[in-house]
Amino acid sequence: MKTIKASLIGFGSVGQGVAKVLLRKQQELKLLGLDIKVVAIADSKTAAINLAGLNLEEILKRKESEGIVGDEKANGNEIILDIEHDLVIETTPTNIDTGGVGLLNMLTAFSKKRHVVTSNKGPLALRYRELESLASRSGCAFKFEATVGGAMPLLNLVRNTLAGNEVLSIEGIFNGTCNYILSRMMEEHATYELMLAEAQELGIAEKDPSYDVEGIDTACKLVILANAIFGMDVTYKDVSITGISRITPEALMLAEADGYVIKLIGEVSKNRIQVAPRLVPIGHPLAVGGTLNVASLQTDLAGPVIVVGRGAGSIETASAILSDIISIYKN
Amino acid sequence: MRISMDIELQDAPGQLVNALKPISEFKGNLVSVVHHHEKRTPRGTIPVQVVFETESLSIDTLITKLEQIGVDIIRVDEKKYLERGTVILIGHIVHTDLGDTIDTIDKTGYAEVVELHLSMPNINQSSSASFKLDAVGKKELRDAISLLRSIADKKNIVLIEPIESEIL
Repeated sequence: MKTIKASLIGFGSVGQGVAKVLLRKQQELKLLGLDIKVVAIADSKTAAINLAGLNLEEILKRKESEGIVGDEKANGNEIILDIEHDLVIETTPTNIDTGGVGLLNMLTAFSKKRHVVTSNKGPLALRYRELESLASRSGCAFKFEATVGGAMPLLNLVRNTLAGNEVLSIEGIFNGTCNYILSRMMEEHATYELMLAEAQELGIAEKDPSYDVEGIDTACKLVILANAIFGMDVTYKDVSITGISRITPEALMLAEADGYVIKLIGEVSKNRIQVAPRLVPIGHPLAVGGTLNVASLQTDLAGPVIVVGRGAGSIETASAILSDIISIYKN
Repeated sequence: MRISMDIELQDAPGQLVNALKPISEFKGNLVSVVHHHEKRTPRGTIPVQVVFETESLSIDTLITKLEQIGVDIIRVDEKKYLERGTVILIGHIVHTDLGDTIDTIDKTGYAEVVELHLSMPNINQSSSASFKLDAVGKKELRDAISLLRSIADKKNIVLIEPIESEIL
């Protein structure tokens, strides 16, 4: 049995999802020979630390009832710096302007030779090369499947299952919020504003939806794909971005009359990184509805490969994080 | 453009090669040749259907050449545009000179706007339109769409293009 001491930095929807999944999959992990002990958890205000391993169930309850994880005042970065452990699970919110605390946490983790598994796009969309080379210099694993397409396997699909293939291009839907709004506008022949309001009411869109609807979130994911799969060195400022806020119900109806749906498509290849609403033929594999994500990869040997999955959600994102953790220790 | 031609040849050796030679000299790219040997005409000739593609905009010289060497040309069908694409535009389409937007494509000589559907729900709201473009080939269709893209940028119009695999 391999005992892994982990910290969980960030205890919002994704962080809590990770805690729940670790509890739920305890037996399966043991069968794989892995005993994952979470020794520290930090949210934005408080922290809980126990070197023998925290009781995740209690902390989840406390977070729900009191909104805090513990009585310690240490912040996430101090935990990474001072508490002896092997693995940092970084799930703090994305900051696309500076990289935010997530960037600092990752830099600190590598300086302390701790592996990092993250769902936080910001640092990767801004400083990918630097983080990657720091990780490899300190001999640490750096895994971020959860940053692109949530539960939909993409990075590990290319790196493991499709190993040996050259990926020529990837195009797809990488934002469930936009997909939901466009799908509903088409179904109801309703305006963008109305369907955005519906999405906000259902918790599918944020109060300030601009990060999703203006295509920034999709752009960040493309940048991660461009850097990690295509070996490019780009930041999200290199992406040409058009969002969905100007799409009209009339445009959707005209498209439908010609046999198309309109989807916010992210596209990355060696010479192009672009986010824009595009016409997708009805019945095409990319024409998925609801909040689903989809990616179509063109490869030199396997030809086209298409994956569809849930791009967001607490447990779904935690699933990608768990598979990253397992892949580090299985080898 | 793609040319489909019905011709009639004498039933003698070498006639087909003789008739195809001027097409190849004209830099026509043969797509198919169907030799209807079983459908001999009352005149004793053999009908042949030839389809080829050419970048040349007129085939008058080719027709003269074929007639000179004694090939009977029964029918010629020219199809200039081989590719069709759809795009959607959103914005102040009419008030940013719709005529000029269409003209820019039509003037290229290799593509045309052949269909336009326009929806203008309200005076102060954005209009939406779908354009169907015909072009002589795939490359030209791409070029026409990127030309439209640059016009749309200038006129602050959102242009929604088909996904890559649709144009490829």
